[in-house]
Amino acid sequence: MKARRDRTGLAALAPFLWLGLFFLFPFLLVAKLSLSDTALAIPPYTPRIYWSAGLAGLKTFFAALDFETYARLTSDRLYIVAYLSSLKFAAISTGILLILGYPLAYAMARCAPAVRQALLMAMILPFWTSFLIRVYALIGILKPEGLLNTALRLVGLGPVNILNTETAIYIGLVYAYLPFMVLPLYAVLERQQHDLLEAAADLGCTPFEAFWRVTFPLSLPGVAAGALLCFIPMVGEFVIPDLLGGSSTLMLGKTIWTEFFANRDWPAASAVAIVLLFTLVVPIVLYQRQQAKLMEAGR
Amino acid sequence: MTERSRPRLNIGAVRSTFAPWADPAAKPLVRFENVVKRFDGETAVNGVSLDIYPGEFFALLGPSGCGKTTLMRLLAGFETPDSGRITLAGEDLAGKPPHQRPVNMMFQSYALFPHLSVERNIAFGLKQQGMPKDQIADRVTEMLALVRLDGLARRKPHQLSGGQRQRVALARAIAPRPKMLLLDEPLAALDKKLREETQFELMALQQQLGMTFLIVTHDQEEAMVTADRIAVMRSGEIVQIGRPADVYEAPNSRYVADFIGDVNIFEGKAEFADGTTVRMSSPEAPGGFDIVEDDLLDVGSTAWLAVRPEKIEVHLDEPPPGPNRMAGKIEDIGYLGDWTTYLVELESGRTIRAARANAKRFVDRPVDWDDKVWLTFARDAGVVLTQ
Repeated sequence: MKARRDRTGLAALAPFLWLGLFFLFPFLLVAKLSLSDTALAIPPYTPRIYWSAGLAGLKTFFAALDFETYARLTSDRLYIVAYLSSLKFAAISTGILLILGYPLAYAMARCAPAVRQALLMAMILPFWTSFLIRVYALIGILKPEGLLNTALRLVGLGPVNILNTETAIYIGLVYAYLPFMVLPLYAVLERQQHDLLEAAADLGCTPFEAFWRVTFPLSLPGVAAGALLCFIPMVGEFVIPDLLGGSSTLMLGKTIWTEFFANRDWPAASAVAIVLLFTLVVPIVLYQRQQAKLMEAGR
Repeated sequence: MTERSRPRLNIGAVRSTFAPWADPAAKPLVRFENVVKRFDGETAVNGVSLDIYPGEFFALLGPSGCGKTTLMRLLAGFETPDSGRITLAGEDLAGKPPHQRPVNMMFQSYALFPHLSVERNIAFGLKQQGMPKDQIADRVTEMLALVRLDGLARRKPHQLSGGQRQRVALARAIAPRPKMLLLDEPLAALDKKLREETQFELMALQQQLGMTFLIVTHDQEEAMVTADRIAVMRSGEIVQIGRPADVYEAPNSRYVADFIGDVNIFEGKAEFADGTTVRMSSPEAPGGFDIVEDDLLDVGSTAWLAVRPEKIEVHLDEPPPGPNRMAGKIEDIGYLGDWTTYLVELESGRTIRAARANAKRFVDRPVDWDDKVWLTFARDAGVVLTQ
């Protein structure tokens, strides 16, 4: 009995080990970097820990850490603009995704089972192609001489200039994240008991009223899951704004990349990443709470 | 199918004089007229005509797949009949969606809204009627008291026991004061003890509210206990309508006799029928059967005699020869506490069921396995069936 309990203890340790190794340790590294200063050296920051100096070396290392980089972030308008515009892009895209994704998920959940399977497959199918290739394909569609403008010319319209504008970023974000919105919504809508709608009708609801009084409130966990599942990664999204948005758009993902690779300002890149992380901790915690609640109420 | 009238026989215990179905002047609340419903070519309801009267507790009874639930769903508006007419208080319900019908249904699954508290579940229909908030609160309190759920108003359905959920579903369905309450297997999910209690509660509730109840059930005991009248259904048709005692003591077919309770059915040939007595010959009984029966059977026609186990007496000493007498051997004894069931193997090899109430704690000569016994029953104990 005792031996068995010990082994369960070890098994329970595994996720902590995993989290420690792949989350906590890198996080501490980045946090440490964000408190450092840039230097013309390899690696390009200071202070560094000199283990040979022993405890004294560790002391001087900690003494040299400061919040200077963070101060720089708040004083430079560029960072603030990037931060706010990232939130804006993510928020508006999440809204569009909800408006597009909800009816889609609803229709899927109401389909005949066979059709449902086919639609679900179609929803997942794009994942079989590389994400980058799909974004490049979007460039092919949106560019001035691309598919869209060619088609528009055929019907005597256009041309429209979309590539390298905010619109292109929205199109890219919505396109890329649609499955992440639809799938959690579909999951809650599909699970909903049909007799609840009958009960609502029986108690005097028109189908429209039944939707708003029963279906929609019951799907809110799915709405929350979908929204957070899209919002969180979209705030830090790098590839889509970089490839579709051109050079003028500022988003945090891009800022991190620029600081790290172009400016070799590792502390600034790390500080931006830490700020981003703390911004997202709120929705992540909300998401977890929601999931926990779902599990508790789950039947 | 025709209903048989038996004016000379007083069947079962009749508690009240409530019998609007026997009054030609009474107006039914619900009338089904030749209602037919098919699903993908399968006929679920096949030409049902049925009147249900105001204040009645009516049961649709039958095995699963007999169309009883479909019949109820047709009335609630969840299905539309392929032909025939359903009227409620004289008004044709055709084309009326469920939300416009003044009937409420209690679902077998209860279908409680999981995101709403008990009180908001109960208030759901009231809110939909546009009732003012303070009145809703009053009605909800009243309903909670009625189903004895006071104090649980704020709970969510998943925090309730099965019995409590059942009562929330009931309160929610009766709160809007529908003209009629439809109960779809309302007690099926409860355990036996709770089910029995709830049966009596349902009856009390129905009397208190004066509301018309229509219950769908496959449990004959549930139908017998609760209902004023029972319609026994079989593959989409109503086979017999009657008070519980009518259906039990005077079934009109072997199907009904067999479906409601235990029964022994003997096949035989009619030898004599004069409007008061039927005499039958049967390979099971050397002395034949002699039964009080007003049906005039053709001599020589095949008929069946249905006798309930509790109406068969078991004797250890040989009774004088005569009709309604069979000899056999005790094959098995089922002691149920209140009842003992004997399985008796006749000389013909047939096994007959006889039951005796254990009214006394001690018996002089208990019947034992392999005992040679004689079975007899009174002339009015059985019913002669022709179909």
